[in-house]
Amino acid sequence: MTRPVLEIVQLGKTFSTAGGSHEIVKNFNVEVSEGEFVCLLGHSGCGKSTVLSIVMGLSSATVGGVCINGREIQGPGLDRGVVFQSACLFPWRTALDNVLLAVQQAHPSKSRKEQIALAQKALTRAGLADAGERRPTEMSAGMRQRVGIARAFALDPKILLLDEPFSLLDALTRMDLQDQLMRVWDTERKTVMMVTHDVDEALFLADRIVMMTAGPAAGIGKIISVPFDRPRTRADVLNHRDYYWMRDRLTNFLEEQGEIQKSARSPQVAGPERVMVRPAFDL
Amino acid sequence: MKKKVDPSPYLLPFVGLFFALFVWTLLSATVAKDLPSPYRTWTESKHYILHPFFKDGEMNQGLGRLAFYSLVRVVKGYALALLIGTPLGFLIGLSKKTSQMFDPLIQVLRPISPLAWLPLGLVIFQKSEPAALFTLALCAMWPTVLNTAVGVRSINPDFLNVGRVLKLSRWQMFRKIIVPASMPYVFIGWRLSLGIAWLVIVAAEMLTGSPGIGGFLWQEYNALVYSHILMSILTIGLIGFILDRLMGLLEKRFRTT
Ligand SMILES: Nc1ncnc2c1ncn2[C@@H]1O[C@H](COP(=O)(O)OP(=O)(O)O)[C@@H](O)[C@H]1O
Ligand SMILES: [Mg+2]
Repeated sequence: MTRPVLEIVQLGKTFSTAGGSHEIVKNFNVEVSEGEFVCLLGHSGCGKSTVLSIVMGLSSATVGGVCINGREIQGPGLDRGVVFQSACLFPWRTALDNVLLAVQQAHPSKSRKEQIALAQKALTRAGLADAGERRPTEMSAGMRQRVGIARAFALDPKILLLDEPFSLLDALTRMDLQDQLMRVWDTERKTVMMVTHDVDEALFLADRIVMMTAGPAAGIGKIISVPFDRPRTRADVLNHRDYYWMRDRLTNFLEEQGEIQKSARSPQVAGPERVMVRPAFDL
Repeated sequence: MKKKVDPSPYLLPFVGLFFALFVWTLLSATVAKDLPSPYRTWTESKHYILHPFFKDGEMNQGLGRLAFYSLVRVVKGYALALLIGTPLGFLIGLSKKTSQMFDPLIQVLRPISPLAWLPLGLVIFQKSEPAALFTLALCAMWPTVLNTAVGVRSINPDFLNVGRVLKLSRWQMFRKIIVPASMPYVFIGWRLSLGIAWLVIVAAEMLTGSPGIGGFLWQEYNALVYSHILMSILTIGLIGFILDRLMGLLEKRFRTT
């Protein structure tokens, strides 16, 4: 058996704040094999982003670690394409220039012309062939997130990491982007780890769904495989005989964990969604 | 039906102007008999305004020339202020240590009046011109320093995270993210600095007697030509206003790009 591309091993994360230390994630183990699409599902505030940002290399594990192709990661890397919840485009750059930045990092030795062609190709695949010259302020949230996805794919990374990429969009746009992501993924079969708290989204996209228990000290509750054939269409999934009981199982699990979370609600509030880093570097 | 344009935004400024002229006339006619009336100010000053580039010796020149000397001096001192202030602001914004090192110093230096710096400049440089520039740079740079530092500190951390996952080097991070992201704040600093530079230049010229609009004002005070004082004051205000507007336009351009 080949070794999984992405291994999260005995991961634990404890935040030390002024009010004491909080163990957010504990004993978290997941293996993702080549070309697999894994969704990480859990309640808001349970620690999904915490796990994913460690995989991104933006924050470090307190215990355990993350391996890619058998090598432990040290910080961020171009082998991982990242899509954040808000698209995080630079407003002073056009859509194309935002993608171009990623292309330049991935292919520094290519000529500028080739780099632009690659960036344009990535935009086109994300369904934005004609929007290259637009600025983020002139685009809808959905379009911005498409650019964010194009930027991640433009790196041609081994692994894609998405942290609730569609949760800020309206329902129609969200479905649109899910379809788009599915189409692109079907042609490229990247290894994907995506965080979501949307059960239907997870069922539509994932090969496997990892359910996180409620925090604090969240771990893995259940892992279920999604049996729907690929390539999938939304209709196929909705009409599949397993769809409803699987959906029930996921929803029940979330509700259960919600109850646990409510009763265990310590004074800690749902905190910052983003990983805080001190601006740049100390001199 | 035709849409009626509300004329008051165009009319009311003139109403205000007339009110000011009225108060001025009233004052010059009653309590302050030495104060020339608006009309007298105009008749005694119009030579300077209508022939702005005449030159009758070092201290008797048209308004255009006087303003030009002052502006050149401002541009030099202001450029110096930005050249020192902007990098210092980035340094303070980026590094906690630099910030801790310089913050108390800045808080102490910032409230010092140009009138206090100028003698020091004269002691150091022995000449009025470099002393004036020294004063100007020292007074004008603080808004740039502080606003740049605030701009850097308030950069969206997500932007920096994007830079990190794209493996930008420190220099790329600075050039491609930190500088453009803090530009709106930097511009606010630059604009405020220009305003201060213009305030300071007039004071510096008055104290050093350099040819320029401030030097002229002080000379005419000593020569008891009060109408020229008023003319100078109005010119100073007008130029300051124009400078601020120009910076505003520039700022707007940069904000959209
Ligand atoms: N930098 C931090 N410092 C302290 N606590 C944090 C930090 N980041 C996240 N947390 C806490 O960790 C918990 C999980 O956060 P997060 O991973 O963002 O949840 P999710 O993404 O599942 O909604 C939250 O309770 C939050 O308060
Ligand atoms: Mg989250």
